[in-house]
Order: sequence, then structure tokens, then C-alpha cells
Amino acid sequence: MSSASSVKSDARPSTGSTRDKPANKWEAAADWTDGRLGIYSLAKANLRKIFPDHWSFMLGEIALYTFIIIILTGVYLTLFFKPSMAEVVYHGPYAPLDGIKMSEAYASTMDISFEVRGGLLIRQIHHWAAIVFVASMLVHMMRVFFTGAFRKPREINWVFGFLLLFLGMFDGFMGYSLPDDLLSGTGIRFMEGAILAVPLVGTYGQMFLFGGEFPGTDIVPRFFTIHVLLIPGVMLGLLVAHLILVFYHKHTQWAGPGKTEQNVVGMPLMPVYMAKAGGFFFLVFGMVAAMSAVATVNPIWAYGPYRPDQVSTDAQPDWYMGFSEGLIRIMPGWEIRAWGHTLNMGVFVPLMVFPLVLFAIAAYPFIEGWITGDKREHHILDRPRNAPVRTAVGAAWVSEYLILLIGGGNDLIATHLHLSINDITYFVRVGFFVIPVLVFFITKRWCLGLQRRDKEKVLHGRETGIIKRLPHGEFVEVHAQLPQDKLHKYTAHEQYEPMELPAEVDENGVKRKVGVLTKTRAKLSRGYFGEGNQIPKPTAEEHREITSGHGHH
Amino acid sequence: MPEEKLPEAHDASQGHEVAPHSDPFADPGLPAHEPRRTDIDERAAKRAERQVSLMFVVSMLATIGFIASYVIFPIDKIVFIFPIGHVSALNFALGLTLGVALFCIGAGAVHWARTLMSDHELPAERHPIEADDEVRNDVIEQFKTGAAESGFGRRKMIRNTLIGSMALVPLSGVVLLRDLGPLPEKKLDHTGWQKATPANPIPLINMNTNEPMKAEDIVIGSLTFAKPEGLEESDEDFQQNIAKDALMLVRIAPEDIKDKNSAELGFGGILAYSKICTHVGCPISLYEQQTHHALCPCHQSTFDLADGARVIFGPAGHPLPQLKITIDEKGFLVATGDFDEPVGPSFWERS
Repeated sequence: MSSASSVKSDARPSTGSTRDKPANKWEAAADWTDGRLGIYSLAKANLRKIFPDHWSFMLGEIALYTFIIIILTGVYLTLFFKPSMAEVVYHGPYAPLDGIKMSEAYASTMDISFEVRGGLLIRQIHHWAAIVFVASMLVHMMRVFFTGAFRKPREINWVFGFLLLFLGMFDGFMGYSLPDDLLSGTGIRFMEGAILAVPLVGTYGQMFLFGGEFPGTDIVPRFFTIHVLLIPGVMLGLLVAHLILVFYHKHTQWAGPGKTEQNVVGMPLMPVYMAKAGGFFFLVFGMVAAMSAVATVNPIWAYGPYRPDQVSTDAQPDWYMGFSEGLIRIMPGWEIRAWGHTLNMGVFVPLMVFPLVLFAIAAYPFIEGWITGDKREHHILDRPRNAPVRTAVGAAWVSEYLILLIGGGNDLIATHLHLSINDITYFVRVGFFVIPVLVFFITKRWCLGLQRRDKEKVLHGRETGIIKRLPHGEFVEVHAQLPQDKLHKYTAHEQYEPMELPAEVDENGVKRKVGVLTKTRAKLSRGYFGEGNQIPKPTAEEHREITSGHGHH
Repeated sequence: MPEEKLPEAHDASQGHEVAPHSDPFADPGLPAHEPRRTDIDERAAKRAERQVSLMFVVSMLATIGFIASYVIFPIDKIVFIFPIGHVSALNFALGLTLGVALFCIGAGAVHWARTLMSDHELPAERHPIEADDEVRNDVIEQFKTGAAESGFGRRKMIRNTLIGSMALVPLSGVVLLRDLGPLPEKKLDHTGWQKATPANPIPLINMNTNEPMKAEDIVIGSLTFAKPEGLEESDEDFQQNIAKDALMLVRIAPEDIKDKNSAELGFGGILAYSKICTHVGCPISLYEQQTHHALCPCHQSTFDLADGARVIFGPAGHPLPQLKITIDEKGFLVATGDFDEPVGPSFWERS
């Protein structure tokens, strides 16, 4: 806090480090950088940062690496792609389309595929990586959900991750719409119909988005800008924030010997995780490249250029749009006409349910936090069985997603399995409401069964398969006590007690007001943690009683 | 608020003390490190080193192979590769060499980490994220000081006008978006057929042959796609027009037509429906002769063309619009007006 005029003689002038001489030129270079960026302080905190090891932590890594692959290959594709809907006549090497009119966007995608050496490979890597990207985000999200990793302090990062998934899906949709082929044009047509179904503003939205009537000449260049600049820019920001928070919160870990809420046990970033995670990027990239060599994805030359009066059968979006396609296919065609207006429920309702399906999962951490009222930090993961209701809710959500995916591919399922498409649609219409409920109950029972089994193992030990004959002739099977680390692991989880409503009247006999919200919360809390919704952990007394030799079983 | 019934906090054992006898489930602490073979056997370590290096060498060779493939294979060379089939030789070679080059770097790095780098598990402490009371109070105090010095709370006029100006500024950005496109007006209500009048009919042109059609050329059970005369593929706005004008002509034996109004709009059992699905606008292309059902391949809306294109299955909300057709003096099929309702998907202003 001293002013500049009174520099004390013992104040260290900032002439760099105090050491006599750096050991070598690398250290000298590091000193130089440190004097400008302060890298030593940065590295002190992070170089030997500890990461726990578990296979499920790689799911998020796959998402990160495929995103990088998408950006790298995407930049390459922009060098050759012409995002224009101006009409040209094709005279390229692909004979079947010779002399056909098409947009520049389609023609340049054809050129990338047939005239740029390696262009086809990069296109395929880009598309495959996008497919894997969304898939890995979804599975990564399920990992975080089922292990309860989203609890405090990580709820904000859960929301960031959710936004990444949401944006990733839409960027994928815009990306495969760019080539202006027959399949993707059909997808854009579908989007146009969906926008038109919005009450009041639908026609305006359609005119403004397309610059006039469908298809116009603006949609591909506009999508291009959104696809390569706007959404990736936002996603990159979210991704950096997501990773900063992962570093800041440190990883979660599984319960086990020596692992507590106050520590993180694992191996250091340098060298182990630099090698492992860095190597994993190359593994993922290599796999995607090999996939692109042997498996064709989005062969636009087979679809032909887009024309609004043509369509191919099996018109399917990419898989991650499948569940919204399912919604739109199973909705009955209800249309309300009154006072000179039309409300197209058959399209508008699915359009509204689609974000609901996603936001339901986005809001979950906050709902659970509200039910438990738990304000503490959590770093030890739940085994899914130890949170039966949460696991059942997640499984129900996944089953809803899958049933909609079946609905979205009902034509393919019908042709491949020789079923009636109408039957599949009716089945999905009913299944939409019934199957998640069924899955919820089955999953919950399943978790409770596993909890009982854990309790059994803790109290009675593991079955050794050894039959012992007692002196008086009785046969018993010998059980062996679990080792201490297993005993700890199976009993390390916390169990909440259900919230109870306060007494009807307070100590002065005055009636309390209990709000609807509080009542709801108490009901949900009972549903989560009440009797029959979780199996009480074995207690030390129970364990002692059984292992002390009385009343063997 | 009722008292929360939270479970007791974990005991904060750092995993170094022996489990107390009182708790049979106590944390036994971190297990001792078990050495790997490469930790104790120098020969095994050397072997692992060679394995890692081999993968890196394979990667180098694959990259050289990539460059060689790029030069050697012509872009149009197709080869048969079992079990994939006929593929582009260049794409296959580039993809596999690149895949191997990348994968081997990764495999080498991971193998190196797993066999030769230390695998001692170390604990690191976590610290609560929340600031302690002292820091929190200090920051809140600083904030209050800053807020008081600004006078933001005290000078309400400044505050309110600032809020007003900040609220208005974004409107400029919204207004600037106005010219993204035209207003809808009545654009969606009419199609290219509206130029037709009974005095000045527009002939129907066969989409495949690009010729006008005589009624007798259309056989019962057939499905033909048509467009209005004067709409050519070379037109500037062909895509936009065909998206609304496309027709689907079916000929059904007159006794099979259930809807009398629909039969009157047609000519001799030839009915002209809009080809654009009323669900979200896909072109309808699948026709079942026997049942007279037309199916949209996108979302399986099914229309009964013998019954005024009534929706019999799927998500579409109303029948396909029908175009009134007749024949001119030469016997060619013509339209004498526009559809009597908008084609394609529904929208709010549709009456």
C-alpha cells in the first residue's frame, strides 16, 4: 500500500526472480513467461492436481474430444463449402446427377465428396463425430444423474452441461441441413411446418426466418452462420465454463477405503492424466477416423438435391432428433378451428412437449435439492441402488426417450420387423404414458432388492460355497465375513429420513398454516425416503449381534 | 420450517487411523500400494518401453502411409473390400491410415501411463467452496460502501431513468430484424393456380414427361404428379412455386368415389389433390391402388383419396385440398381456378 514516492530499500524491485541463475534454458523461458503471466502460481495449483480414476469419467471426455474433432474438421469443410442456394447445373464426376439442377450448397458438398482428395473423409469424420458427440453427452449426463454427481456444489455445471446438449442437438440439425440434399431439405420443411403451427406469430416467424415463402434462398446461408459461428461460439464459452468448474469443484469419487467427503484420492494430472487423457483424445479421434473409413454416413449423392415436391421413404433425422420426430409422429391430428383461426394441436403440442422432456431433466437437481433440503456439499457418489427413487425417475425418463425414439423410427421398425406401422404408432401412443410408469416401479423394486442384498452381505457375509456338516448331522453353508473395505463401502452411503409436517397446532394451541408447497414437499419426501422406499442400512448393533456368535443363520 | 432430518456428517477420518473397534463399518483407510510387475521387474519395464515405442513407430508409418495414399490413389478409384462392399479406395486408405496413426499415439500414451508412470494413489484435501463469515461480511461491507458512494439507491431519478434507457436500447436490435423477410399477408393462402380462370384455364403438365395430359391417357388406379403450365425448372423461383403447386392426380372408378363433392371437383374419376401434406408439408408420394390411400412418408399421415382425402391415420389435421379440374376443347386436363383453401401445413391465420 505504499505510494510510489516512498519506495523502501528493502522492497523487492520487480526485476524478475530472486534466484541467482536459472538452471537451464527451459527454466529461463519459464521464468520469462512467469514474469508476464504468473504461470508458476497457476501451475502450483494444477500441475499435480489429483484426479480419481473411474471408467465412467471418460464419457465426458469423449464429448469434449469429439467437440474438438468437429471444430477441426468443420474449419476444413468451410474452406470448400459454398453456403448459397443459387442454382447451378451439375457437371461433376458423379455421373448419375449429371445435368441436374441443384443449389451451390449441394454442388459444393458433392465437390467435397468427389473432387477434393480426403474431402469425403473429413465430411464423414465431421458427421460421425457429431453423432458420437451428442450420444456421449447424453450418456455422460446419465452418468452424472444416476450417481448423484449433480448435487451441491455442481448444480450450475449440470445446467451448463444441459445447455451444451441442447445446443449440440440443434447445431447438429442445422449442420446436416446445410448440404441442401433431399433428406435435409425435408427436415427443414418439417421445421417450417412446425414454426407455422405456433399461434399468432407462426407465419411471421416463418417469413422472417426464410426471408419469404418456403424454401426461398436465405435459409442455407443463415443456417450456415448459425451453425459455424453463433452456436459453436456459445458452446465454446459454455464448455470452457464447464471445464473450469470441473477443475474448481474437483472430481467426485466413489465411496471406498480412505475416501471421504473432505478429500479426493487419485493420481496427479502431471504426468498420469496428461498421458491418459491426452492419449484418449487420440484414441477417440482414431476410432472416429476408422469409422469414417469403413462406414458411410449421410451419402448425399444418393439422396439427390432438394426439391419441395420430392421425398424419399425412410425420411429419418439423425438419431438425436429421433425423439422429437417420435413426438410429432404419435400425436393425433387434432386441429381446432374457431373464429377464423386454426390451432394446429397436432404439431404445436409435440413442439411444446419436446422442450418439456428436456427441461424436466434439466430442472431435476433443483427439485431433488428442494425435497431433501440438503444444503451440504456432496463429493462422494451415490451408487444408483442407494437412491432408488432418483434412479427410478432417471430410468423412467430414459424409457420415455427410447419409446419416442421407437416412435420416430416407426417406419424403419415396421419394414425391418414386418409389423404394421399403425400398430407401432398405437403402441407408442399408449406406451408414452404407460411405459415410464412401469419402468419407474420396476427400477425402484430392483434398487430395493439390491439394497437388501447389500444388507444381507454386510450382516451375514458372502457365501463361500463350502458346506459344513455339524456334529449332530446338520448341514450348514459357511459364510465368510466381508473384508473391512467392503464393509465400509456397502455402508458408507447416507440415508435421509422423510420430512415430517409440523404439528397441526403450535405450543400455544394456535393452528399453524401449512402451505400447499410444504405439504407437497413432505409427500415427495416420504415418497423418496419413507418406509418401503429405501431399505435401512445395517447398523453397528445389528452387525455385532449377528457376528458375536449368538443365533447363527 | 420444520427441522431438517439430515443424516449425520461423515466422520472426517483421513484414512490413516485404524478402525476403532466400536464401529464395525469404519473406514480402514487407503489400501497399501501394490507394485505392478513393471515396478519390480526391470525386464518387464523395458518390454513395456519397447511396446510403447512400437506404437509410436506404427503411428509414424501410418502417417507416411496416409501421405502416400493421398498421392497414389486416384480420387475416382473404386475397390471392393470384403465385407464392406464397393468403396472409394482413397477414402478407405486415408481413413484407415489416419485412424491407425492417431489411435497408436493414444494407445502408446495410455500404455506408457499405465505401465511405467507412478500409480501411487495420493489424497488431496478438499476445501469448502463457501467463504468463511469473515470474508463474507467483509465483501458485503465493501459492496455496501460502494453502493452508498454511488448514490444509486438514494437518487431514485437517476436509477429509474437508467433502467428506462437500458430497457429501451435493445429495441433497436429488435427493430433491425424487421427486414429479415416480408410480412405474411395472404401469401400462404394462394398458389400458382390462382392465375387460372374459367375463361383462361391453365393446363396440367405431367411432371415426368413435361407434356400436357389428355384425360383418356390416365388409367384407373394410376397416380400422376403434375404442375401448372408455365412453371419451368429453370425459373428463378421454381422451388418456391412447386412447394405449393405440386399436384397428385389419381383416377378412381367413379362408383368407388365415396365423396360426391370431391367427384364433382374432378373429371371422370380423375381427382387432383395437393401433393403437399397438411401436417408439416412433406410431399406425399406413396399410393395404395387397392385402398385409394395415400401415405406421407415423413410422419405416416394417411389420406383416403376416394373420400375427399379424409385423414384416416396419423398426425395430419385436415384433408388435402382438392383442385377443380376439367378438360379444354382439345381434351387436355386444365384447372379453372385455385384451390379453395390454403395448401400445406396449417397456420394461425388459416380460417
